[in-house]
Amino acid sequence: MHTPLLKKLILAVLGMFAFAFALVPLYDVFCDITGLNGKVDLVVAEKSKEIDKSRSVDVSFTTHAKSSAPFSVKAQQYSVTVQPGKLSEVEFVAQNLSDKARIMQAIPSVSPGQAAKYLHKLACFCFDQQSLEANQTMKFTLRFYVDTELPADVQELTLSYTLYDITSNTAQITQAPNISDQLLSVVEHAHQRGHNNG
Amino acid sequence: MSIAAEEQQTSHEHSHGAPSGLKRWLYTTNHKDIGSLYLLFSLLMFLTGGAMAMVIRAELFQPGMQLVDPHFFNQMTTVHGLVMVFGAVMPAFTGLANWMIPMMIGAPDMALPRMNNWSFWILPFAFAILLMSLFMEGGGPAFGWTFYAPLSTTYSNDNTALFVFAVHIMGISSIMGAINVIVTIVNMRAPGMTWMKLPLFVWTWLITAFLLIAVMPVLAGAVTMVLTDKYFGTSFFDAAGGGDPVMFQHIFWFFGHPEVYIMILPAFGIISTIVPTFSRKKLFGYASMVYATSSIALLSFVVWAHHMFTTGMPLAGELFFMYATMLISVPTGVKVFNWVATMWRGAISFEIPMMFAIAFIVLFTLGGFSGLMLAITPADFQYHDTYFVVAHFHYVLVTGAVFSIMAAAYYWLPKWTGNMYSETLAQWHFWMSLVSVNVLFFPMHFVGLAGMPRRIPDYALQFADFNAIISIGGFVFGLSQLLFVAVVFKCIRGGESVPDKVWDGAEGLEWQVASPAPYHTFSKPPKVD
Repeated sequence: MHTPLLKKLILAVLGMFAFAFALVPLYDVFCDITGLNGKVDLVVAEKSKEIDKSRSVDVSFTTHAKSSAPFSVKAQQYSVTVQPGKLSEVEFVAQNLSDKARIMQAIPSVSPGQAAKYLHKLACFCFDQQSLEANQTMKFTLRFYVDTELPADVQELTLSYTLYDITSNTAQITQAPNISDQLLSVVEHAHQRGHNNG
Repeated sequence: MSIAAEEQQTSHEHSHGAPSGLKRWLYTTNHKDIGSLYLLFSLLMFLTGGAMAMVIRAELFQPGMQLVDPHFFNQMTTVHGLVMVFGAVMPAFTGLANWMIPMMIGAPDMALPRMNNWSFWILPFAFAILLMSLFMEGGGPAFGWTFYAPLSTTYSNDNTALFVFAVHIMGISSIMGAINVIVTIVNMRAPGMTWMKLPLFVWTWLITAFLLIAVMPVLAGAVTMVLTDKYFGTSFFDAAGGGDPVMFQHIFWFFGHPEVYIMILPAFGIISTIVPTFSRKKLFGYASMVYATSSIALLSFVVWAHHMFTTGMPLAGELFFMYATMLISVPTGVKVFNWVATMWRGAISFEIPMMFAIAFIVLFTLGGFSGLMLAITPADFQYHDTYFVVAHFHYVLVTGAVFSIMAAAYYWLPKWTGNMYSETLAQWHFWMSLVSVNVLFFPMHFVGLAGMPRRIPDYALQFADFNAIISIGGFVFGLSQLLFVAVVFKCIRGGESVPDKVWDGAEGLEWQVASPAPYHTFSKPPKVD
């Protein structure tokens, strides 16, 4: 007498357990669509056609290596003042601090989060995985501009990079799909877009 | 023990007498036994969590580092929260459900008695695991009961696995309890007990059970993700690996907000039972109570991000969650209005259960008001993570949920034991609790508004006087609860015998059975008209 209802309830419990995990991709999709939470597209942007000379915005750069990732990446300038729409370049110096060849992936994030979609990058080391020989030092150029549509109340932006070591992940990539797959497909997509744009 | 005596009496009538001694409790499938086990376990956890609160208040009695080191203080705040939520309040309501729901709907027992046994007996193991971790190297969980990532992943110690498994077991226990409640209410109502005749305690528990089924699995998912992030290299909450720590908060509070209604809806049911009894009037607006409870339950799913206003949300999100949260005060207001309207022009008498019920109505509403203040997004930026929040949720959980449990205990204890509780002791318990709980929690509003942060073992000097007062209130409140323990044990051991209908204004099937309630009740369904 109780079995049909019991089955339904157990099914509901299992469904809700699955739903907790379904929230993960749903959250990503939601943030991608809305540009919320400082999540930035790893996609090459087009050049801006106009420059807003009436105001300027401070853009600061920080990098942060995940505790186990032996990389150091430093911007040559801590912060730059730019006019919206104007293309700027910042040099970054990256170093592999270990005695082994490694592959680095940088993930950008912008704060305040609402401003994320107004920061456009034309060239960024974060678009690609970067192979660094043991103790090698490399220079990268970040080319970016701030959208003229940027809300007037945002006067400061921080672009922060989290660095992580994907050496072991990329070695496995041909054998088994894993979490960095999704990331790689985004990067590949960025490549294609880059080629299309010339 | 009178329950044991009663059991022996009835075992003459039934061929399957319960085994005696420890095995009786270990193997029992009787809803009254399991209800008693739940309630006693809850009382034990209430005292355990309370002892931790005493450590917290002792440390905060004076500014500066006094008694415990910060890491231990963090473990105390964390485990106090976990024990009180999952060990004291939730099992107390499940115990009341076990005892009262079958008797209120005229059923002989819960629908799934063996599962009922299991859902209780896994609980002590869960809390043994959780409490044991406090004594292990590195200590127990210290990341707050909300276990935000990365505190619980990157920065926690290896005992986190024990925390995760403990929460899993607690979750399984609550889910099984909830399934049992739903199946019992849907399938086992006595003939004539239609939906709109159900006692409100049964209604509110039915809705609570659905909330439990909806959100406890999400909590299980959240702790599982913490487990795999910490031990198996996934990156659900690690930005470096493509995850997002803010997502943790969304998943957690998707569970967490309905959870706070899980802890208050059965309380609404209890108050809706007690107030009419001692006002000697029918409950005002029965149907609106049912609809209000359902609306609160539904709304609880769309307000979770009001716990996260400061994480950086777009304006549209902040406005949505602000208005949705404020909307909840409408059905809650309906309930408070109905309770007051029930008392209006009633022949009120002030027995202890009624005193607790009236204290509940006043003080829970006060906690609701501070909740409304916290719902205002721009104001929340000021209040977030201060003692104002601590004051708010202790008003709704202590003077709300816990007071309702006390009211229920005093209301049904004579029915359970057949003896009246000691009125003098109970009066002392009520008045001591009422005064001290306000000395304890009311000044927290002020230090919170002045900027004292929560979960920190030290504070700025200007908060010293208030904190000393708060701590004194805390110690008195803690000691007063020992009076409650005394009342309960005295009442179990003996006292003035009570009639079947203990309270002259009481209505409901539970008052038709003998006092103390026999081991088996309603073996033949009663007729409800």
